[in-house]
Amino acid sequence: MDGQVIVGLEVHCQLDTKSKLFCGCSTDYRSDGPNTHVCPVCLGLPGSMPVLNRRSIEYAMRVAKALNCSVLEESEFSRKNYFYPDLDKAYQITQYDKPLAEGGYLEIEGDEGGEKRIRITRIHVEEDPGRLVHMGTAERGRYSLVDYNRAGIPLIEIVSEPDMRSPKEARKFLNKLRATLEYLSVFDSEKEGSLRVDANISIRGSERVEVKNITSYKGVEKALTFEVTRQKNLLRRGQKVERETRHFLEARGITQSSRSKEQEHDYRYFPEPDLRPLHVHSWLQDIELPELPDARRERFITQYGCSLNHARTLTGDLRLANFYETVVSPDPVTLATLADTWISDTLIGELNYRNMNIDAVDPAAFTGLLGLLRMGVITDKSGTEVLRVMLDQHKNHQPCEKPAVIVERLNLRKVSATNIGDTAADISAKSGVEPDLSIQSNPIVTAITEVLTEHPGAVDDFMKGKKGAFNFLVGQVMKKTRGCADPGEVNRLLAEELNKEGA
Amino acid sequence: MEAHTLTFEPDDRYNAFLTTCTKAPHGEGPLCGVTVAVKDNISTQGIETTCASKILKGYIPPYNAHVVWLLRQSGAAIVGKTNMDEFGMGTTTENSAFGPTLNPRDTGRVPGGSSGGSAAAIAGGMVRMALGTDTGGSIRCPAAFCGIVGMKPTYGRVSRYGLIAYANSLEQIGPMAQNVSDVSTLMGVIAGYDRRDSTLQDRPYTHTPSADIKGLRIGIPKEYFGAGVDPAVAGAVTKAIGRLEELGATTLPCSIPSMEYALAAYYVTCTCEASSNLARFDGVRYGPAADTKKSWHDAFREVRRAGFGTEVRRRIMLGTFALSSGYYGKYYAKAQIARENVKKDFARIFSDVDVLAGPTMPTIAFKLGEKSDPLAMYLTDILTVPVNLAGIPAISVPCGKVEGMPVGLQIMGRPWEDERVIDVAYAYEQAVS
Amino acid sequence: MATEQEVHHIAELADVGINTEELSTFTHQFNAILDYFDVLDRVKGDTAGTRDLCNVMREDIPEPSLPREAVLQNAAATEDGFIKAPRVM
Repeated sequence: MDGQVIVGLEVHCQLDTKSKLFCGCSTDYRSDGPNTHVCPVCLGLPGSMPVLNRRSIEYAMRVAKALNCSVLEESEFSRKNYFYPDLDKAYQITQYDKPLAEGGYLEIEGDEGGEKRIRITRIHVEEDPGRLVHMGTAERGRYSLVDYNRAGIPLIEIVSEPDMRSPKEARKFLNKLRATLEYLSVFDSEKEGSLRVDANISIRGSERVEVKNITSYKGVEKALTFEVTRQKNLLRRGQKVERETRHFLEARGITQSSRSKEQEHDYRYFPEPDLRPLHVHSWLQDIELPELPDARRERFITQYGCSLNHARTLTGDLRLANFYETVVSPDPVTLATLADTWISDTLIGELNYRNMNIDAVDPAAFTGLLGLLRMGVITDKSGTEVLRVMLDQHKNHQPCEKPAVIVERLNLRKVSATNIGDTAADISAKSGVEPDLSIQSNPIVTAITEVLTEHPGAVDDFMKGKKGAFNFLVGQVMKKTRGCADPGEVNRLLAEELNKEGA
Repeated sequence: MEAHTLTFEPDDRYNAFLTTCTKAPHGEGPLCGVTVAVKDNISTQGIETTCASKILKGYIPPYNAHVVWLLRQSGAAIVGKTNMDEFGMGTTTENSAFGPTLNPRDTGRVPGGSSGGSAAAIAGGMVRMALGTDTGGSIRCPAAFCGIVGMKPTYGRVSRYGLIAYANSLEQIGPMAQNVSDVSTLMGVIAGYDRRDSTLQDRPYTHTPSADIKGLRIGIPKEYFGAGVDPAVAGAVTKAIGRLEELGATTLPCSIPSMEYALAAYYVTCTCEASSNLARFDGVRYGPAADTKKSWHDAFREVRRAGFGTEVRRRIMLGTFALSSGYYGKYYAKAQIARENVKKDFARIFSDVDVLAGPTMPTIAFKLGEKSDPLAMYLTDILTVPVNLAGIPAISVPCGKVEGMPVGLQIMGRPWEDERVIDVAYAYEQAVS
Repeated sequence: MATEQEVHHIAELADVGINTEELSTFTHQFNAILDYFDVLDRVKGDTAGTRDLCNVMREDIPEPSLPREAVLQNAAATEDGFIKAPRVM
């Protein structure tokens, strides 16, 4: 089928070990200065020799098992030879023709709905190079600065078959992969630079382009969407797509050809003579996998009654899934559905908007908020407002107030014509906040009376049969009650009042 | 720990040393106060380590090789770093960026290589013991040419951590001295477990040499006495083997068919590994500065062209070629099969005999400048490289003279039977001294 | 047979630099050596030999790194704790 988009990914993730892949330097370098987590091995000093970190292999084996791969009877490390200032030994120790594992799959939600299998070609372990900082100006001369703290951090490379058919599927694959790695406790996606993706993308019938240097989850979809458009435009104009390597410029959202002479690589792989082969196939049977995203998703559906989509969203991120289960734990029966809706439909959006993650939210406070909503103390609209205040306070490093306190301070309690006394008691009983007994009259009726007095024209229009006037008046009442009134109740009471006036 | 200081001011007329430690500190221990020279490709913390290359001029390692640490633990006084063929690439020590070492037996001749400085320091009476490294004969060749004793241990017996790699899968650090006893003593110090070398096995050496070789079966590989071997040298070695028979050993002719391609397999393997090992010398982290105003490719090329000698660049290019796209199968892969065949040949022979004996080198020491063609030079390694391909232990012990120059008797043993190899050399040495 | 062009390409790949006069000598020597290596064409067999040593690994326990002065001491140029290198852009 000509014109179809074909995508394959090579995903590099840092394995969350305590020490580096081939030496004892700590991997916890992010808050320290350059070249502070370096030894003769990861600096590539002459005479130093690599010694393999057992845990990195155990972690990679977990991933292999979770991705349904078969582990080779014998695997080995090879040298990938190329020059670059960030590469301390001028070769990278990686795995080449004898990788750790081959031939697995990962299921994602396909574009056509339903589960779709993306085949995994291979999984191997390799070392990260150092980090380069580009300095200087064209006028005064450019140079680089090198920090070898990152050199030797263990990476796992997961190569997929070209089974994805859109940038969106690529993003879903990546998200599912991230979730799986986090469930396996081998990867921390929150660590800066812990993920790098190279993507192969082609339009069926045309040449393949490799896009390198994608360093974020969103970047994958962005880079690939850009490429699809670029390649399709070329073809539309009757031009050819060139087989090449392009770099993704994240800030500009575009890919750029990297057509330099230095790109013509001949890596001259050969087995690393300082390391012995691995015979770890038999370890596989001893690896016990934890509950993985798919299993947890099914459990969320059966145990909490989540919808498929919400269950997918909630379990698609380990922290989110854990947050959900913590939030509903005090009273799963009554909180499950409410929590599901509020987390999936509201909280995630509010977090994304603020570029925050779920760790910013105290599950107990969120449970409190849900309690207020469930008891009818506040409207959904006020609930959202309380949530926003909570998130903003966290983001601005202000003291975090409890939801009930925010409700009182901002006077967000649901205004009701009929059950004021009950509500006050409810707040007291359920949230531990003293009821505000000064609310005695019916504020909705008061607001309606005021609105009708202030907008006689609109009342006239209504009487003449203009339906729009009614909505205007509802809006004015909502405005006066700052959204705390139940819209249904406003509708009912306003209709009653207008009927009285019309009578 | 190192409470003592040894003053070391040798008359180094042979250019054996690249660095001398005039005030050499040392502590207590079995080698207390013994002068030991260390080949300059072995990292010594705080002491310049150059591999006799301009590209490492000024490089001061911030750490010790494991063997250097063991030497210091034993109380030895490390008195200097010895000259060598640049990065170990040579058979004469003429390929040093800092001038050749001369053979103390005849200063018009080479001392052999690549551990020529270590051999000359011993033969010239400047030190009692030295460490060399042997990738394809680099301990045994200079031992033979200078008339001293030198041993290449079983691969994996001595830690290579801190040895600046030339060809990782082939080389070992080994002991050199005037006599077998000292070689054995030094071997006892340097053989020891080190978890930083993944190719090491925990096989300490605690042996005391024994001259009793009654009943020993010695294989005589015909290839060691065939074409290319100087008949006078072959004669001296045959005579020495006769002495071993007089001591109660029996001999058995044998053959190593894989010798046909062993040298080619060796040079493919060592140049491939070297091309990768030596890629890191780019003037960024150590060594003469890369010009940071240039683009990295130009800057690296400039540093490497100026820093490496001709032979080093030739071997880097050979290895690069042999590993490059389309040639891997023809060269590297074939060389590994050849290597396996060499191992199998040795294993087969060692089921019938206990050791093999033959000349260490096909000739006596060359005259300075005698060998200028690279291939002709490579061919002189033919008798030493099979041992490195197979990873087995071998020793060279002096056995008479030809044209007034020493000849080396080479004894090769089964893997991990370094002790037996030492005993045979010791028996011979005791019988003739 | 390796041509001068091939030898030049290899010199570039190995980043060792080569000038025109060296090129012809190197190519000549190269070919003599490669001819000798052709003996490997006669090698038969496989590498499925004994692998006596495998799975050599260390535990995942952090150990002290070098002091930064030691990391930087041999570098020709440094800046703010970084090692200075040529430009890559």
